[in-house]
This record gives sequence, structure tokens and C-alpha cells, in this order.
Amino acid sequence: MNEFRFFPQAASSDAPQTDAIYFGLVIVSGAVVLVVATLIVVFAIRYRRGTRVGRGAASSLASREFEIGWTLATLLAFLGIFSWAAAQDFVQLRPPPPGALAIDVVAKQWMWKTQHPGGQSEINSLHIPAHQPVRLLMHSQDVIHSFFVPAFRVKKDIVPGHTEELWFEATTPGTYPLFCSEYCGTDHARMLGDIVVMAPQDYGRWLAGQPQGDDLAKAGEGLFRELGCSGCHGENARVRAPPLAGLFGRPVPLSDGRIVVADEAYIRDSILLPKKDIVAGYEAIMPSFSSRLDEGDLTKLVAYIRSLAAQGAGP
Amino acid sequence: MTDIAALPPTRAGLHGNYLSAGHTVASWLFTTDHKRIAILYIASTTLFFFIGGAAATLIRIELFTPDSGILTADGYNRVFTLHGVIMVFFFLVPVVPSTLGNFLLPLMIGARDVAFPKINLLSWYLSIAGGALALYSLLAGGIDTGWTFYTPYSSIYSNSFVTATAAGIFVAGFGSIATGLNFIVTIHTLRARGMTWFRLPLFVWSLYATSLIMLLATPVLAMTMVLIIAERVFGIGVFDPERGGDPILFQHLFWFYSHPAVYIMILPGMGIVTEIITCFARRRVFGYEFMVYALIGIAVIGFFVWGHHMFVSGQSGYASLVFSFLSFLVAVPSAIKVFNWTATLYRGEITFPAPMLYALGFVGLFTLGGLTGLFLASLPVDIHVTQTYFVVAHFHYIMVGGMVSALFGGLHFWWPKITGKLYSDSFARFAAVLMFLGFNFTFFPQFILGYLGMPRRYHAYPPEFQVWNVLSSAGAVILAAAYLMPLGYFAWSFLWGERAGSNPWDATGLEWQTASPPPEHNFEAPPQVPEVPYDYHPGRESARD
Ligand code: HEC
Ligand SMILES: [Cu+2]
Ligand SMILES: [Cu+2]
Repeated sequence: MNEFRFFPQAASSDAPQTDAIYFGLVIVSGAVVLVVATLIVVFAIRYRRGTRVGRGAASSLASREFEIGWTLATLLAFLGIFSWAAAQDFVQLRPPPPGALAIDVVAKQWMWKTQHPGGQSEINSLHIPAHQPVRLLMHSQDVIHSFFVPAFRVKKDIVPGHTEELWFEATTPGTYPLFCSEYCGTDHARMLGDIVVMAPQDYGRWLAGQPQGDDLAKAGEGLFRELGCSGCHGENARVRAPPLAGLFGRPVPLSDGRIVVADEAYIRDSILLPKKDIVAGYEAIMPSFSSRLDEGDLTKLVAYIRSLAAQGAGP
Repeated sequence: MTDIAALPPTRAGLHGNYLSAGHTVASWLFTTDHKRIAILYIASTTLFFFIGGAAATLIRIELFTPDSGILTADGYNRVFTLHGVIMVFFFLVPVVPSTLGNFLLPLMIGARDVAFPKINLLSWYLSIAGGALALYSLLAGGIDTGWTFYTPYSSIYSNSFVTATAAGIFVAGFGSIATGLNFIVTIHTLRARGMTWFRLPLFVWSLYATSLIMLLATPVLAMTMVLIIAERVFGIGVFDPERGGDPILFQHLFWFYSHPAVYIMILPGMGIVTEIITCFARRRVFGYEFMVYALIGIAVIGFFVWGHHMFVSGQSGYASLVFSFLSFLVAVPSAIKVFNWTATLYRGEITFPAPMLYALGFVGLFTLGGLTGLFLASLPVDIHVTQTYFVVAHFHYIMVGGMVSALFGGLHFWWPKITGKLYSDSFARFAAVLMFLGFNFTFFPQFILGYLGMPRRYHAYPPEFQVWNVLSSAGAVILAAAYLMPLGYFAWSFLWGERAGSNPWDATGLEWQTASPPPEHNFEAPPQVPEVPYDYHPGRESARD
């Protein structure tokens, strides 16, 4: 775990080119440092005070030629490196190929939500197939975040109000860390995720095993009864709790005067941390379910409540 | 040809010097003498340096372990913001122009003072007022936006003292603008007889280039800070996307100042190093005119590369290409300077007292910092390493490795002039070597961390990054010792040090022709300049004498 590592894993089609330019630059820089350091050391020793060596003035003509010579040499070298790197830029500027798998990414303080084309969604993780271009359509709900997967050598800021696109092609199955690399407040360092690259057939199997939008809601309805939510939120409940029909997507006035929109995160928080946002006009009697629910159950409950959005005056 | 060492030494005490000109607090706080103002700045910037340094210490302690250690997440965010804000805006940007620049510029061009002595004092008060505002907000509860203030986090979401800090930066900015203006006018109008443009010491040229940037770029920063405040206080919606604003606009404005500001932080260091290397190599600077053009070239091209901070922000890919190209271009004059410093050593008669060690250390660290800049200018590599520790390491090599080495070199070089006292050269040489080693030990591992993908501004990190963080924190201990040492031997020197003659290094340059410490009015008789600068060895190198 704590051994010396110098290079990150490489698992995307961009990684080899980026690494090639990096190594090229390391070699060029190493050479320059070596030349400058050698010259300084040699001059420092040879021309230190007290040595008997020639110290006459160099002719001004020679010095001018030197200047022009190394100015041009540096310029050419730098232009060379620029064009080499720029050739790769054009590859990355290229629009994603038409068959790319489109995935929605929502970033918010401090989590990642991803959704596959079939409606399967994940929190703080993303499963993708290897050897297929993947195109991310990314939105931020609050501040700027940045989607950074070191193993892919890709990174893109997600600016609120913009739709940001990023595409890449993973090459090696495995699990790779996802970081938020643009500072976004308190838990910036905890805004992490896993990118799980799978062989295409494994990905297909995984996808089929995921509850889809509709299934999710149905499973959630069952949980809603099992966990006793309906005992408070149901039609015939004795306790006073807000009805959840039509809640999703609506603004909710809170007891402290704020008004928040009931999005997925709000619903998640209401279940896990009911004391955080108290609905105006209600007692804070709802217990926290954080110890009794795993991520999957939570997603199902949220899907169920979301499905109630259509029924304006349901249960 | 003048042999300055042979001139009759003007002795301090005969007419009194600027230090003995008054001993009351008022004589300091209301002085308009550029030398005393420089001392005021030395005091204030030293204070800021150690405050920023204390924050850096906390950062390195926290990062010793992967988990949250001595600081909470919010605590850490406040500490790194404090470190960045104080170090950039209240230390690195003002430090060399306002301390050594203030002290030496009039002396080096043979003037009695700067062009507007009262405005010079005003600049100091502005910097103190700005610093006080920033310190107030940092102590009252802190600010957690990072020194870059990215919107909409800073303008809408942050619950910290953003407004007061931004106001502090705004106020201090006017100090910078006034100093820049003052220096430009001084250099244009107050040069001694015979001090033609191409006889100016390169430190003066570097101050000239720096002043141009301060004058032209700082107003943009001031405006940006006002917009942040207006958005927080009045909700004007310039940057907030929910009100039709654009967060990216902020980044353009911010980097339009902050990239050139990097050159505010490094050009004066280049000037200092040139003075030191020529003196201890006993050589004229190699390619004087090219050095001048390089300084001006950096200052001008430096205005057109700000977009290289935004390669992953969603700016147009074609804009990124242009900015990438210009960033390679701006590196050419920097490379030329490194070659010229090296070539200046050729056929010299070199000695290695402390200032020379700092200057050579500067060349090494600046070279590494500059070369890693090429990595960041290359788009594909930048996409991977931006926002990681690679960037952190890169700019610390330039701004801390480079600029602080140069500053320390300059302080050691001109200390005898400023105080009239000598210090212990062996302690100083030890500190210089320690600083070079400690610096590399601290920051080199961060390049590797960056390429491995460790994002910056993380108080907790995955355990695979720990080895390099431990190395970095260990190096920081050495670096801290190297920074603290001069406090000791400089204090000793000031109190009990041997008297320095007017020219202990046997250096050329007008500042060495007057007493140490210089009299209030700088020169006993108006100096004349019959020669090219750095006339350390016989022969004709320059075509212009
Ligand atoms: C003991 C009764 C009780 C139980 C059991 C209960 N809740 Fe609640 N719930 C409340 C009350 C009272 C409120 C309003 C006060 C508040 O916001 O805490 C509330 C609020 C909510 C809200 C926010 C509603 C709004 O209008 O903004 C959601 C969503 C919610 N509950 C979901 C659930 C789910 C899902 C479960 C089951 C896992 C559940 N609740 C179990 C009593 C209960
Ligand atoms: Cu973040
Ligand atoms: Cu920059």
C-alpha cells in the first residue's frame, strides 16, 4: 500500500499518448537540467578565484552569435514540442464517435450521480464497458466540480449552467478512482467515486441485473410498507406527517424559513438525516433510517417517491 | 574607467545616516524616505511571510497521514486559503519591489528618492490596511474559497468571510498600482547624469517591467474583487448562472491578472540574481541587451497566456491551442536568461559567499520550475496534471524556490548596505544550502504525486499517496529551519555585527558608492555614470560604450 509508485495505471485510449508526451518532456527537461547543471558546476570549479586559467574578454561578435543561436534553438525546440502535443490535442478535440455510449453525470456537493441510457442509475460509481467510446453529459447542481479519472488521463470541469461533455474509451477492465479535482467546499476531498470498467459482455450482464426506473419504483413501494413509512405517511396514518404524493420536484417550505426543491438529494437526506430539513408545520418525529438502509434500498425508495410525483392527490 | 573601490569612502556618522535620522515611532510612521519605507515593508512582509508559513506548517502536518488528522475538513480549507491569500497577495506580489526595490531603485539610478515620496508612504499604508482587513477576516472565522476565489462557490455558496478578504485585496491592490506608477516615473525622470537606458542595472530594468505589469494588470484584479463583493452583497448575478451570469467569466478576469502576477513575482528575482552573479563571478553580464529584451518580452507576452489555466474549464479547444502556443513562446525569454546567467560564469573569477549560493540555487530551482511549465503548456499533459499536486509543485518551484531564493540572496547581498553591518557568512551559507536541499525535498515529491493523480486541496487522500506526502512533510521541516535561521544571525548582525564598509563586496553599481548605511539624501555629491553596468573585468564586450 505504501510502496513507491511513480506512475498511475493506464486504462484508456488517451493514456498512452499523454504518457508519451510526458516521457518526451521528462527526457528533454532532464537533458536541459543536465547541461545547465554541468556547465554551472564546471565553470564554478574551473573559474573559481585563484585558478590559473584564461580570463580574457570574449569578443562581442561571438557573444551575439551565441545569443541568437540559442534563442533560435530554444524557439525551435519549443515549437517542436508544441506541435507534437498539439497533434494530440486535435485527437481530443475530435467529436465523440457516433456509437458512443451516452451517460448522464450530475455532480453536486458532494456526490456523483450517474445514469445509463436504460435509466439505471448509480451513486458515486459508474460501470462502463471496455473498448467502447463513452460520452459523458455532465451537469452541476451547485458549484464547479471536476470529473477526474487519473487512470484515463482525462479531466473536465463541470460548470453550473453549462452542459459539459467528455468522452473517452476505456481499455482495461478494473476499478479506478474518480476524484473531484475542482475545489468545491467542505467535503471536496470526499467527493470520490469508482469507475468500474468491465468486459463488454460483463457490462451487459451487470446492466440487466440493475433495477430499471419502473422496477425500482415497484420495489420501493414494497419497502415503503415494510419499513413502516406508510404508517406515518400513509392515508390513514394517525401521526401527522406530510403526504408524499406530488412532492418530487416541488418547492418545500422548511421550518427555518428556507425553501428547497425536493430533488433526489433532498429526499435522500429526508430519509437519512430527517433532522436536517424539517418541513414547515410538522414535528421532527421522523426517525433516521440511515442504519437500516443500504444504497440500493435507498435508490428504490427515492424512485418510488419520485414515481408519486405524477399523482397530485394520491396517498 | 572608474575603480569604485579606490574612491574615498564616504563615512557614515560624518553626516548621519538614514537610520540615525530619527528614533521616534513617528519618525518611522510618517517618513517619506524611500529607505525607511523599505524597512517598514520589510517588517510587514516578514510578518505576512511567517503567518503564511505557519499555515503551510499546519498543511504539511495534516497531510502527513491520509486521514483527517489535526484539522477538520473546514479547518483545512480555511488554512490552505489563508496560506494562499497571504502568501500571494500580501507577500510574494509586493515583497521585492516594495522592500529591496524601494530601498535600491533610487540609489541604483543615482536619485535622491522616488518621484513621489508621499505616495510611496501611502502605498505602505494601503498595503497595511488591506493586510489588516484580510487578517481580520482570516482570524474572525476564516475564508474557505482558496486564493483563486472561483465562482459561484465564492460568490454564492461559501459561508465564510469572502467579502472582507476581497476588500482587503482590493485595497492592497491600490498600493501595488501606486508603487508601479511611482517606479515608472522615477526611472523615466530621475536617472543620474550618464545613466542611459542601456546603462541601467538589470535589477532596475526588472523593476521597470514589473511596474508595468502592476500598473496594467492590478486594476483588473481590483475590478474582479468588486464584482465578487457585489454578487455576494447585492446578488447582481454577474457570475451566478442562476441569474444569467457565467462562472467562467470570473476565471478569465482572475487569470488575466493572476498570470501576469506570476511575473510580478519572478521578474524582480531575476534582476536580483543578475546583480549577484555578476558581482561574485567578477564578470559583465553575458548579453546585457538580450537580458533587457527578455525581461520586456516576458512582461508583454505574459499578458496573453492566461487561458492556460483554463484548459479543462470548458473554454473552446481552439482557444486552448492558441494559449498553449503562447505559453511555449513566453518560455523562450526565460530560457535565454538561464543560458545567460550560466554564460556569465564563463571566464569569471568566482567566489561563493551566501548571496552567490542563493543566486545559483535560484537558477537551479527556476530552471526546474520553468521546464515543468512546459508540461503544463502541453494540452494533453495539462489535462491530466492540472488541479493536481503537479501544479502545486510547479508554481512553488517558481514562486517559492525561485522568488524566495532570490529575495534571500538579495537580502544577504544588500544587508551590509541596508544596515551597515556584516553577518556570519558561514551560518548564511549553511542556511542557503539547507534551503536548496529542503526545498527540493519538500516539493519534488509533489510532481510525482501530481502525475499519480492526487488532486490539490484534499485534507484526506487515498493511502497510496502517503509515501510521497510523508517525504514532502519531512522536507518541509528542513525548509522551515532554513527560513528561520536568518532571523537569528541577522538579528545578531544588526546588534553586534562588525561594521561593513561602503562596498564590502567590491561591487559596481551606484548604491555601493555611498556610505553604508546611506545618508538620508543618499549621495554626498550627485553621482556620474561614465560606464556600462557590471564593469567587473577589463575588455570590451558591449558594443554600446
Ligand atoms: C414516525 C413517523 C414517520 C415515519 C416512520 C417516517 N416518516 Fe417521513 N416524515 C415524518 C414527518 C413528521 C415528516 C415531516 C417533518 C420532517 O421533515 O422531519 C417527515 C418527512 C418526510 C419527508 C419530507 C417530506 C416533505 O414534504 O418534504 C420524506 C421524503 C419522508 N419523510 C420519507 C419517509 C420515508 C421514505 C420513510 C420510511 C423509510 C419515512 N419517511 C418514515 C414522519 C415519519
Ligand atoms: Cu470538489
Ligand atoms: Cu499562469
